[in-house]
Amino acid sequence: MSTMITPARETVRAADRVAAARRRVSLRETLGQTLMMAWRALKKMRRNPEQFFDVALQPILFTAMFAFIFGGAIAGDVQSYLPLMIPGILAQTVLTTCMATGTQLREDMEKGVFDRFKSLPIARIAPLAGPMVADLLRYTIAATLTFGMGLVMGYRPGGGAGGVLAAILLAIITGWSLAWVFTWVGTIARSAQAVQGISMMIMFPLTFLSNAFVPIETLPGWLAAFVRINPVSHLVTAARDLANSALVSGEVAWTLLACVIVIAIFAPLSVRSYKRHM
Amino acid sequence: MTITELGRLGGGPPSDRSTDLAVHAEGLVKTFGGHRAVDGIDLDVRPGEIFGVLGPNGAGKTTMLRMLATLLKIDAGRAEIFGADVAANPHVIRQLVGVTGQYASVDENLTARENLWLFGRLQGVDAPRARRIATELLGQFGLEEAADRPIAQFSGGMRRRLDLAASLITRPPLIFLDEPTTGLDPRTRGQMWDTIRGLVADGCTVLLTTQYLDEADQLADRVAVIDHGRKVAEGTPDELKTAVGNSALQLLLANPDEVPTAVEIVRRVLGSDPVLSPEQGRLNVALDQADLAADVLIALRTAGVSISSVSVAKPSLDEVFLALTGHKTDRNHETGTEENR
Repeated sequence: MSTMITPARETVRAADRVAAARRRVSLRETLGQTLMMAWRALKKMRRNPEQFFDVALQPILFTAMFAFIFGGAIAGDVQSYLPLMIPGILAQTVLTTCMATGTQLREDMEKGVFDRFKSLPIARIAPLAGPMVADLLRYTIAATLTFGMGLVMGYRPGGGAGGVLAAILLAIITGWSLAWVFTWVGTIARSAQAVQGISMMIMFPLTFLSNAFVPIETLPGWLAAFVRINPVSHLVTAARDLANSALVSGEVAWTLLACVIVIAIFAPLSVRSYKRHM
Repeated sequence: MTITELGRLGGGPPSDRSTDLAVHAEGLVKTFGGHRAVDGIDLDVRPGEIFGVLGPNGAGKTTMLRMLATLLKIDAGRAEIFGADVAANPHVIRQLVGVTGQYASVDENLTARENLWLFGRLQGVDAPRARRIATELLGQFGLEEAADRPIAQFSGGMRRRLDLAASLITRPPLIFLDEPTTGLDPRTRGQMWDTIRGLVADGCTVLLTTQYLDEADQLADRVAVIDHGRKVAEGTPDELKTAVGNSALQLLLANPDEVPTAVEIVRRVLGSDPVLSPEQGRLNVALDQADLAADVLIALRTAGVSISSVSVAKPSLDEVFLALTGHKTDRNHETGTEENR
């Protein structure tokens, strides 16, 4: 083998390179780099299919479990609980998927390849945003399986296919936005375990202190107040309206507004703390 | 290269001499907690040379390199690369510098070819060209056969070669190599040296760190010796070696109690003190010429000091250190902090 550089190659001229160097990354370059990072994350997913276990198992398990445990108590029987519960499970599943984003980013950041990403002239946000774009696939799988399991158990959404698809789409958008919170946690925590712990503490109140599984009317006043402002409640109500009656309610707008606010706060925070890590 | 072109990105006036340099650093400082890992280092690397930074584990070599590569914040002092200020223009610096770390910065989940393709595409190389460059580099670094296998199956040497290949995709004019041969077998080490020489022949400038005096000697045009975050010496490898003598006499005394007597004799014959090894009864004596070994041995024999083994070797980094700093390299305490990651 020969490790010598081919002599016929053109000489590297430092002065030309300095003159040609760009001062900052353009938006177009940032998008291209984010997509390349997404390509990398997809390759990684394909080679480590066990990553999909939580995404696939949770909707199936929780739908069956919650329907039989809470169905009788809350709605009288399982059948009448499904329209209330399935959009709730959808929100919960999507949130759990977000959590994995933070944990996996932390694990990834500890590997040598992140050193190279940092040393390359690329947008700082690309290594964070890339995996999140790839995660859209996970949200889609999780959301589809939730509805699939509901259908198997006898759920007949009144909103029809269009309503269900709209609900899934809204859940994916919300999941992707909320994932920035967990990405931020991923960049500040010391270890993947810490990310997991902190994320649980964020995720459980968000999911259970919402109208995902029980009607708000049954809650004490102070709790109901929190549940009403919780973005997950808005997502759940919006998804119920869409899936059960093909109704685009004001809740959709509230959900999207919450998404924009979350991204506006946590995307810059994530990039800042990622940069500080160097 | 013209000064005006290079001066464009610099903080200083275009006539500043520092714009002629590939790397110019003044008073670099990095503090971790209360510990000053890099404590006021000045560095000038001329274009087209191989500059070696020599020092033991924990001396601050890697930290210094990471600051220059924009991977760590510079706490105090300033640095320029081809006249561009490192702290002010990190994006420009990242286009000019290729970094190869001590442990391979490649993606374990991808194949070798996919790694090179990814790094090329990320840096704006178009798809057909990224593919061509990947194939070309895989060939140059003897990785064609393993090109489509997952990196997890690669040996240490193969990873190191892939890592270097990944740094060369856009052919940056300045290349940082952090201990490029630590942990490699002698044959792979020699190949890595050839590759590094090839880079300079292509017009690149190389800044490398090493723990091995012979590596600095073989490769570097100039060497800076770093210890406890400070630069303790700088010069050509020949100048450094003259400071420590050209060879070293290693003695193991039959009776460790006779060490003080032996030290006294060496001092009388050569006019300098030997280095005591942690091992009982072992002494290292720096020699300007190997011939002087005989004088020392005869004097010991005359004094009745009995020797159980003797050898004459090239000076090691330990001897260079002792000669330059007056203390040992603390290797025993710090081994593994950098190496085993």
